[in-house]
Amino acid sequence: MQRIINFILSYRITFLYVFLIVISLIMTVRSHSYHQSKFFNSSKWITGNVYNNAANISSYFQLRDENNRLVQENEELRRLLFNSEEKSNVQIDTTTIDYEVISANLIKNSFSSPRNYITLDKGKKQGVAQDMGVITPKGILGIVENTSSNFSTVQSVLNTKSNINAKIKNTDYFGSLIWNAQEYNVVQLIDIPRLVPLVVGDTIVTGAMSSIFPEGIPIGTIKKYDLNTSKSFYNIDVELFNDMANVKNVYLIKNKNRKEIIELEANITNE
Amino acid sequence: MNSTVLINILRFILLVLTQVLIFNTLNFLGFINPLVYVIFLYWYPIKGDRGVFMLSAFLIGFMIDVFSDTMALHAMATLTVAFVRPIIMRFCFGVNYEFQNFSFKNTTKVQRVTFLGLLILLHQIVFFTFEMLSLSHILLILKKVFATGIVTLFVCTLFSSLFSPKSE
Repeated sequence: MQRIINFILSYRITFLYVFLIVISLIMTVRSHSYHQSKFFNSSKWITGNVYNNAANISSYFQLRDENNRLVQENEELRRLLFNSEEKSNVQIDTTTIDYEVISANLIKNSFSSPRNYITLDKGKKQGVAQDMGVITPKGILGIVENTSSNFSTVQSVLNTKSNINAKIKNTDYFGSLIWNAQEYNVVQLIDIPRLVPLVVGDTIVTGAMSSIFPEGIPIGTIKKYDLNTSKSFYNIDVELFNDMANVKNVYLIKNKNRKEIIELEANITNE
Repeated sequence: MNSTVLINILRFILLVLTQVLIFNTLNFLGFINPLVYVIFLYWYPIKGDRGVFMLSAFLIGFMIDVFSDTMALHAMATLTVAFVRPIIMRFCFGVNYEFQNFSFKNTTKVQRVTFLGLLILLHQIVFFTFEMLSLSHILLILKKVFATGIVTLFVCTLFSSLFSPKSE
């Protein structure tokens, strides 16, 4: 017994190292295939507040750009409103609205690692919940992964775990949007069958298969495409509309029917 | 003794904040974010308990991880560097670093930069390999290791000459 204790004591540094490295390995490798950790992420109180205070200071330097961007968006929305057929006599009835929108500010951005997460300054208290879609005026940004009472983390489209349903605009051919961790303004659309006619510059939008994003939210344009190894599907490089390095104001989308859709789908798989 | 502990705690907090708020948002050339907090391991006193050293290295890495949503990647990299530091020191300064009267003052500039460079290189290799965790991205990993490593070495050398620790 004495010998065992002596042995452990003389190698205690190595044991400490092995112990800690195994813990961190388990955490890291798990996060490659499963969700981000619930306990250690940047939506927590300390991290959220540090980022929030820093963002409060730095946001003053971008106010002019941000204002211009919002005015542009308003202009676009006004144009849509004036040209819509029904004009202003649209009945706003809360029971018929499918999607709710919450605005938020981005307080931490990241786009250089293979698994990028974004932190927002709205949380459970403001009605943010897991699996809400996040968009900017130009296009999609990601999906909410974790929330705390005042902050939330978003899994960016620039994340190798990201998998979003997307289609070619004005057709019904849909595929999955993934990222190969190479360039921060290019994502990949896969599983588009080879018989689909493609043109460089075609617009890609979100598809109707997902209960997270509404159909038709812009994503980007086709940059280049080629067939995959089995020669039956296309691999398409999509250039994003969003400048992922410069995002400030975002919108969170809540699908009111999502719960019902998920319950319904769960019933099918059970039978 | 007490002032050393205090200085290290202060250094810990300041390095985490600078890394997270300044260097993580740098994105130089689109992907280079120098990991300057490694200098904590360079500055950490040579004498003293190795267990405490390893634990504080693990903690500083883990704090950065929590801030940048990278699970335990930074923790793993700094822990490995902390574990291997004595071997790197013996390589850079010869056997005499184990003597009581050893201090950075009796070493040449080249020795110190080599020491810092090796710490950074090892840290980058562990960090980016586990970040990707796939051999098919080996070129991307190498590109990141060298590009980020050189910038990190540059910034750390600046740091170490600007705020050189006088107490040790």
